[in-house]
Amino acid sequence: MALVLEQNDKIREILDGKRVITKKPELLAPAGSLEKLKVAVHYGADAVFIGGREFGLRSNADNFSIEEMREGVEFANKYGAKIYVTTNIFAHNENMDGLEQYLKDIESAGVTGIIVADPLIIETCRTAAPKLEIHLSTQQSLSNWKAVQYWKEEGLHRVVLAREVGGEEMKLMKEKVDIEIEAFVHGAMCIAYSGRCVLSNHMTARDSNRGGCCQSCRWDYDLYELEDGEEKALFDDNHAPFAMSPKDLKLIEAIPHMIELGIDSLKVEGRMKSIHYVATVVSVYRKVIDAYCADPDNFKIKREWLEELDKCANRDTAEAFFHDAPGHEEQMFGVHGRKTTYEFAGLILEHDPETKMVTMQQRNYFKPGDEVEFFGPEIENFRFTMGEIWDEDGNSLDAARHPLQIVKFKCDTPLKPHNMMRKENN
Amino acid sequence: MKKPELLVTPQSVDHVKALLQAGADAFVIGEQQFGLRLAGEFSVSEVEEATKLIHAAGKKVYVAVNALFHNEKLDALAEYLKEMQRIGVDRLIYGDPAVLIIRREQGVTIPLHWNPETTATNWFTANYWGKRGATRAVLSRELSLDEVLEIKENTEVEIEVQVHGMTCMFQSKRPLLGHYFLYQDKVMEIENRKENRNMFLHDDERNNKYPIYEDANGTHIFSPNDMCIIDELGELFEGGIDALKIEGVLQTPEYIVTATEAYRQAIDTYFDESEDAYEDIKDDLLAKIEEIQPAIRPLDTGFIFKETVY
Repeated sequence: MALVLEQNDKIREILDGKRVITKKPELLAPAGSLEKLKVAVHYGADAVFIGGREFGLRSNADNFSIEEMREGVEFANKYGAKIYVTTNIFAHNENMDGLEQYLKDIESAGVTGIIVADPLIIETCRTAAPKLEIHLSTQQSLSNWKAVQYWKEEGLHRVVLAREVGGEEMKLMKEKVDIEIEAFVHGAMCIAYSGRCVLSNHMTARDSNRGGCCQSCRWDYDLYELEDGEEKALFDDNHAPFAMSPKDLKLIEAIPHMIELGIDSLKVEGRMKSIHYVATVVSVYRKVIDAYCADPDNFKIKREWLEELDKCANRDTAEAFFHDAPGHEEQMFGVHGRKTTYEFAGLILEHDPETKMVTMQQRNYFKPGDEVEFFGPEIENFRFTMGEIWDEDGNSLDAARHPLQIVKFKCDTPLKPHNMMRKENN
Repeated sequence: MKKPELLVTPQSVDHVKALLQAGADAFVIGEQQFGLRLAGEFSVSEVEEATKLIHAAGKKVYVAVNALFHNEKLDALAEYLKEMQRIGVDRLIYGDPAVLIIRREQGVTIPLHWNPETTATNWFTANYWGKRGATRAVLSRELSLDEVLEIKENTEVEIEVQVHGMTCMFQSKRPLLGHYFLYQDKVMEIENRKENRNMFLHDDERNNKYPIYEDANGTHIFSPNDMCIIDELGELFEGGIDALKIEGVLQTPEYIVTATEAYRQAIDTYFDESEDAYEDIKDDLLAKIEEIQPAIRPLDTGFIFKETVY
């Protein structure tokens, strides 16, 4: 028997004497390509956001044709997952051409909604593609509940908050306004208020608010002050130059808090990231959300989840604004190279339970004798020492050297298609 | 054809007097907890004092409430809007739609100017905010002349563009200067330099110097050049642009006065005399600006003649 704890409290219930969370937040993952979309959904994302060929902010990502969107939607439908398309540029006059048709095409592809910053696209969508949900992009840097109320009155389905909004602020927004709230939980961050940075425009004549961002905020600068016309250095040889590169966001340990606040969608950043990254991050957050909702009062973050996330980390991580304002230790000074502890080595295509033969697509160099690790939504991670490797024709190989090459090897432990193999970096 | 308004940013009440003398038509003032990157800080009583002076001269006063607000600021913002209503300022400049909601709730009737800094980039969206109460759109500085003119042709609201001064290219909520001093273990430097606005970042590859400072709204970084199109105003005049702004942030009061005089002369010569008369004096006006231009701040024409790609 279910007993609602408090009136209007739709998040928690008591079931047979045990508290459970009945309102699970959506786990929203990035996908820069159809392959990444399928991986994200297969590894447990409830929804995926993708970019189309126009009107989105990652002009360097592969991005989806309308036909690919349709295929993505069909795939996601089988899992009950949703697809959102980012159309979050701030348009210039010239970008208005073709917008109506584009939105109609997205709608006809069966996509659930669009993520938008510019009212031009909001208004055009209402008339041209009324079936699409409209989500306000973080590009609007939405930071207070009155502004949330404004977009609610405008009829939006959901708002994505500014990355500068903390947990207490989210709480008040949820209490004051009845609208879906989406917040970032993992991935790279803008150090500026999103939409309020045009460093790229000035430094490289590339428009950051139309997808041209060249990440000038990750560069080094020398800090000086002018004193009576003299330029005086405010840096020294013992320290790295001035930088404003933020550590990546990682809110895994704040997920229970966010669920209790009733945040509707937890967003992972990274349409440019690999399928290995998407699979790893999504599967970890999936486990955290499911475990917490099933038994919130006995929930503990497992060390293995944290270790797993580290295996695909690109940078050091931080909690940014969620608890308190971030300090200087949440920025990187003199750090440029990306850190990766593991490499994605292969994607499982098939495992024959009789012969134990694994068919795999190679994604990075490996050879017999290498220590590798397998992971996937259906299996527990396990380590393995690579034995003999063959090519498709059964020729023995001294190493799997070629990207996307189909290779075979034997493994007694069962593997499923779309499971992945990774290898520790030396 | 109507003369565009010459809009300036005073640094103090005394500076307002000098700028009235110099020929300014309208003034942007306010305080940093509500307005972004103001040239000077005006308390509520100073806004009142300045408003009396400006109105006595038959000119306009606009108060900036264009910060990105967090929840904690909303009550103070509501009180501030009521104060502005009492004082009778002519316009409120906003970027955050929270201002629309609070203005309505408080029964404030001061008309609005929409200024979201970097994101006012097309005519449709300018009209959208016009339908929601804005009487003017302050265009982003990252637009070309053609884009500006096309926006003007297609909008029902007034159009304001910046013609002179520095432009902000970055705002972070984080105190990035303070963080750098902490990283260097120079805690004392934070107190020493808190109010200073004389720091810059040097970009080795481009040999550019970007002014940077911190305030209640976070960290702000500015363009390496000062925009100046005093010799390129003809098409903006012909296009009927409603207001031309001289941005005075990080400039000296004297500099702003001289720039104001020069633009006043450009506008009056064009409209009271002729296009040819303006053509004849425009190089001299530019020379007048170049004379007062700090060596560290080269002049350029912003994005007026520069296209961006993406």
